[in-house]
Amino acid sequence: MLKHILKRLGLLIPTLFGVVTLVFFMIALAPGDPARVMLGERANAAQIEQIRQELGLDKPLIQQYGLYLSRVVRLDLGESITSGQKIKDEISERFPATIELAIWAMLFASIVGIILGVTSARKRNSWVDYTTMGGALVGVSMPVFWLGLVLIMIFSVWLDLLPTGGRMNVRYYFEPITNFYIIDGMILWITEGTPKYLVSAFQHLILPTIALGTIPLAIIARTTRSSMLEVLQQDYIKTARSAGIRERRVVYRYALRNALLPVVTVIGLQFGLLLSGAILTETVFSWPGIGKWIYVAIGARDYPAVQGGIIFISTFFVLINLVVDILYSVINPRIRMQ
Amino acid sequence: MKDTTKNTNKVLLSMEHLNFSFNIQRGVVKAVRDLSLTIREGETLTLVGESGCGKSVTAHAINQLNPMPPGEVVSGSINFKGRDLLTLPMHEIEALRGTQISMIFQEPMTALNPVFTIGSQIADVFMTHQKISKQEGLKRAVHLLDLVKIPSPETRVHSYPHQLSGGMRQRAMIAMALASPEPGLMIADEPTTALDVTIQAQILDLLNDLKSKVNMSILLITHDMGVVAEMADRVAVMYAGRKVEEADVFSIFEEPRHPYTLGLLNSLPSNQKYKGARRLEAIDGTVPDLLTIGEGCPFCNRCTFALPICSKEFPGETVITEEHSVWCHNHKAVEEIIAK
Amino acid sequence: MSEHTQLELLEIQEPGPWRETWYNLKKNRGAMTGLGIIIFFILLALFAPLVAPQDPLDQLIEARKIPPMTDGYILGTDDLGRDMLSRLIYGARISMVIGIVSVGISLFFGLIIGVVSAYYGGILDKIVMRVIDIMLAFPYILLTIVIVSILGPSLTNAMIAIGISQVPKYARLVRASVLAEKENDYVIAERALGASNLELMFRTILPNCLSATIVQTTLGVGEAILSSAGLSFLGLGAQPPTPEWGLMIASSKEFITNAWWIVTLPGIAILLAVLGFNLFGDGLRDILDPKMRS
Repeated sequence: MLKHILKRLGLLIPTLFGVVTLVFFMIALAPGDPARVMLGERANAAQIEQIRQELGLDKPLIQQYGLYLSRVVRLDLGESITSGQKIKDEISERFPATIELAIWAMLFASIVGIILGVTSARKRNSWVDYTTMGGALVGVSMPVFWLGLVLIMIFSVWLDLLPTGGRMNVRYYFEPITNFYIIDGMILWITEGTPKYLVSAFQHLILPTIALGTIPLAIIARTTRSSMLEVLQQDYIKTARSAGIRERRVVYRYALRNALLPVVTVIGLQFGLLLSGAILTETVFSWPGIGKWIYVAIGARDYPAVQGGIIFISTFFVLINLVVDILYSVINPRIRMQ
Repeated sequence: MKDTTKNTNKVLLSMEHLNFSFNIQRGVVKAVRDLSLTIREGETLTLVGESGCGKSVTAHAINQLNPMPPGEVVSGSINFKGRDLLTLPMHEIEALRGTQISMIFQEPMTALNPVFTIGSQIADVFMTHQKISKQEGLKRAVHLLDLVKIPSPETRVHSYPHQLSGGMRQRAMIAMALASPEPGLMIADEPTTALDVTIQAQILDLLNDLKSKVNMSILLITHDMGVVAEMADRVAVMYAGRKVEEADVFSIFEEPRHPYTLGLLNSLPSNQKYKGARRLEAIDGTVPDLLTIGEGCPFCNRCTFALPICSKEFPGETVITEEHSVWCHNHKAVEEIIAK
Repeated sequence: MSEHTQLELLEIQEPGPWRETWYNLKKNRGAMTGLGIIIFFILLALFAPLVAPQDPLDQLIEARKIPPMTDGYILGTDDLGRDMLSRLIYGARISMVIGIVSVGISLFFGLIIGVVSAYYGGILDKIVMRVIDIMLAFPYILLTIVIVSILGPSLTNAMIAIGISQVPKYARLVRASVLAEKENDYVIAERALGASNLELMFRTILPNCLSATIVQTTLGVGEAILSSAGLSFLGLGAQPPTPEWGLMIASSKEFITNAWWIVTLPGIAILLAVLGFNLFGDGLRDILDPKMRS
């Protein structure tokens, strides 16, 4: 077990190194001069040259790469060209918004997806099964941003039930504490005695959660169903039944525990993909997260920011995969006991 | 071979004219046809035949583990302690499973749940049928593991299936089947097929040993005449969904009357009796397709004794002795061969 | 157990792989629905000029935001008075091309890399796998976005970006099936008969590894259509006034308050097209994937 984790950790470093390298060279080879972007079109050659020197852009590419690498190792992602702020700070300011949304979307997707998947498998070829699987197929075929817009149209414009975007009612004076607004809302409920922040944060989360969670939900439901169908055919399920274990328990304890093994992997993978899918959802819902920030940076050709943002998300993605892998071995005794 | 005292004990289970089919896309597979069996208390009945002959379907019809649909009981009844199992509601079947009818399977590698310890799996059976705590269940599990002769049961109870050898797993399976408070019928579906020969003998000994200790009946399913010789009181030979011969174990080995039984015995390497007459041989041909099977004797296309009538109708029962019946148009011919 | 072998025996009576696939496909209602949808969109794409009632770019200021089924506009008009139906029909053209071209790119490089890497093995394979692992460490959408933002936003670049970012997936898939296949006796026999490496790789081994790839390709077209819509939505794909479905959604954002059809209809078009490929791909997988067969 420990050996397995160490081995995975060992693989992590070359992967991250590769990610940084790939991002660096892709951006470095991109057309457009960051110095010119910073100074605007009317800057003269001397000014540009000066900035190029400051940014180290006059040095050979390999040397630039070495410099960049040594900074990244020290967790320094440089400064944004457009805002002049440290990229590290900009990311840490926005990341909680992204992660909060991703966690809620994933919780929604996992819980509903597993329940639907198990029900479909138990009632195979019934109308419940057909409807769920048909719905799931529609779910994976939908563009997320479109779903977001349609949800806004129905629930915000037509029914006027939920806000169209943002994280909190703009009229509330609100100073984030943890930057996770649900948690902040609970804290403020205690300290200020009003649940309005919590309610508002919750209302703002509903539509983005559904929009972002729909695809993972569909995938989780499909995976759970097929994994469950496979497990229900296993001999040990027959054994449990032959021993008189009640059907409910056979399904929810004996079968589900085994069927969830592949589902855990899918959930982890989807969680990683969610972070990148956030770039679309955050744009639709004006969600001030890292996805929207990268989107803006791309538009402004703020290459250091794009570079930093992508390295950050990819690293996070890789780390999540690692955590999922470890989690998988924890719930699978065959691997755990090694 | 065990001695067969004429068993006059009470009848535990009687299956009457069971017809069981699977409705699949291409048609109806008649897996079991007109099958009647009787199991008395304390008796071991073995059901013998090649794979695909309907043995497992028969066994699973008793505790209703056949997938339904596509499986379907066309007709027949299965009386167990005075009740027809086929008409009982599911919750009563569930209550019988693991208490009065338990089962062990062929593949110890796959028949235990890989994500739970064997102790917790056994304890769970206890807890399903009795109001006891998990600790108590585990304590009883240790006791059972000891009973099935697993060394150091106190530690083994916390093992996962993959940490045990095949033989140990099969013992654990048997322990699980014994977690029944009121032993009745144990169905053993090819319990030794997946095991090494030496382990096989140990498991069979264990089953025989337990049978006398806990007073249970065994329905043993096998394709191995060696296992039959080791275990059986009575034997029912099945071929392509039909019972073709039934007798006490002595008669089956000494005076088989059905050509198929004869074939099975001829394929047994250690059988000295027939070795002189014929070489060790396989039965030619293959089992007929159960989808398109007709009304004649299913064995006729492979039978060296076949008569013209064999392909047209299935023979009725011929009673040879009180304990011995055969379903064959030409059983006289087999008798003559044996007599030589 | 034993009965299952019986049932399985009944299933295996092969009349040749393609005929068998088609035979099974015809019985799969989902797959046939999917195929129907795909053919419908391909026909729309091919005959767009004949089917579309109007020029998709024709603006008519006095006919702005006309609701569906009004004044002869079956699906209404958009904010610039362009006929929605015609734009959607021409959109099918763009989406089909995007789907097929970008999957073509992934498939082409994926096949070559996968086959060569698995066939030769050794250090080459190790390096290729490492690079693929790193590329897969990127979330796929991000990779696409990075590539487009480097190449510059345009429909062609979006196709290239989608194609490239999916290469690792195909390469890994092909590599796995080639690895499983290359030690088979028939390959060794061909080699003994003096077949060249190239022949062995692409004539002998590859055709036997295609089933998983075919499934992935079908599903991939749907994915590519979705991705390109997403890129266009972000302004990184098609540029106005191209009638690309994703772009149509993007430029209609502000009309969700008063003209639902401008937002809704292009999304439904995407949904239907992608659904077609997913249905067909799923059906194919059920049939071609031996694991799913039982």
